[in-house]
Amino acid sequence: MKRLVIIIALLGLAGFVALAAVKMQQPRDDFVRSAMIGQPLPAFALPAASSEGEELTQADFRDGTPRLLNVWASWCVPCIAEAPQLSELQRQGADIVGVAINDTPENIAKFLADYGDPYSAVASDRMSQLQLKIGSSGVPETFVIDGDGVIRYQHLGDIMERDVPVLMAELRKAGL
Amino acid sequence: MIARFSVVGALLSLMVASLTLPIAAAATPHPPLAYRQLDNPSREAAAQELMETLRCLTCQSQSIADSDAPMAASMRHEVRTRIAAGEDPEAIRNWLIQRYGDYVSYSPQVGAATWPLYAGPIVLLLIAGLLIRHRLGGKR
Repeated sequence: MKRLVIIIALLGLAGFVALAAVKMQQPRDDFVRSAMIGQPLPAFALPAASSEGEELTQADFRDGTPRLLNVWASWCVPCIAEAPQLSELQRQGADIVGVAINDTPENIAKFLADYGDPYSAVASDRMSQLQLKIGSSGVPETFVIDGDGVIRYQHLGDIMERDVPVLMAELRKAGL
Repeated sequence: MIARFSVVGALLSLMVASLTLPIAAAATPHPPLAYRQLDNPSREAAAQELMETLRCLTCQSQSIADSDAPMAASMRHEVRTRIAAGEDPEAIRNWLIQRYGDYVSYSPQVGAATWPLYAGPIVLLLIAGLLIRHRLGGKR
């Protein structure tokens, strides 16, 4: 009986050490993922980033066309790095909607003039309303929204060259 | 003499740098309530208490009350706006958990993954109690 208790205790300890050793080998994942994947876009209404644009709402994502929702900002340095990849996605047929966080119309216009404008629409989210509603944890981030307005995929951080085919594949999965 | 000139040069470049700094800072705007306390002291206290137990998502070892990250500023604005509107702090916490998962909260909740943490000590105490009773009973 006593020996059995000791064996069980030692097995428990060995299991704990093995789990800790395995977990410590794995690279740290610093990203906090959205818990909204698989859920419809929450209701929102954001003004356009420029005077000639139109208001953006969740209804704009329910017309049957899957889209990329790119959360960015003119003050965000990695957003400059992902600009060529966004242009490439647009070239390959992606419809990209931009949402600029905590930004001003002048800075948005300057950023688009400097680094290219791959967007079919750009909305201004000055209070990070939509960003918080969809569980985005920073800029830049890119969400795949299917034609019914359901959030299907989240890419965290800037889009690198290797991420372009991944996002195109996610768009096709969403019905492109 | 050369050294003195370079000191003057360094001072001049510092002055130039200090002139350009405010422009760089103004390039990252933040929502109004990110750095402004609420006028109502008890509401501000409630907001502060909640913000200290919410994780900054881009600088994860800090609370949003401690962090200067743009994301933390946005979250402080959201918290203060909702508290000012009379919303319950725990309702705000739950709203954020729905969007970011349990990880956003520093105040752990009993759930499918965390219940052993709460049940564990009780089970261990029960086992210890049984062992002690067994031993004392054995000696008598």
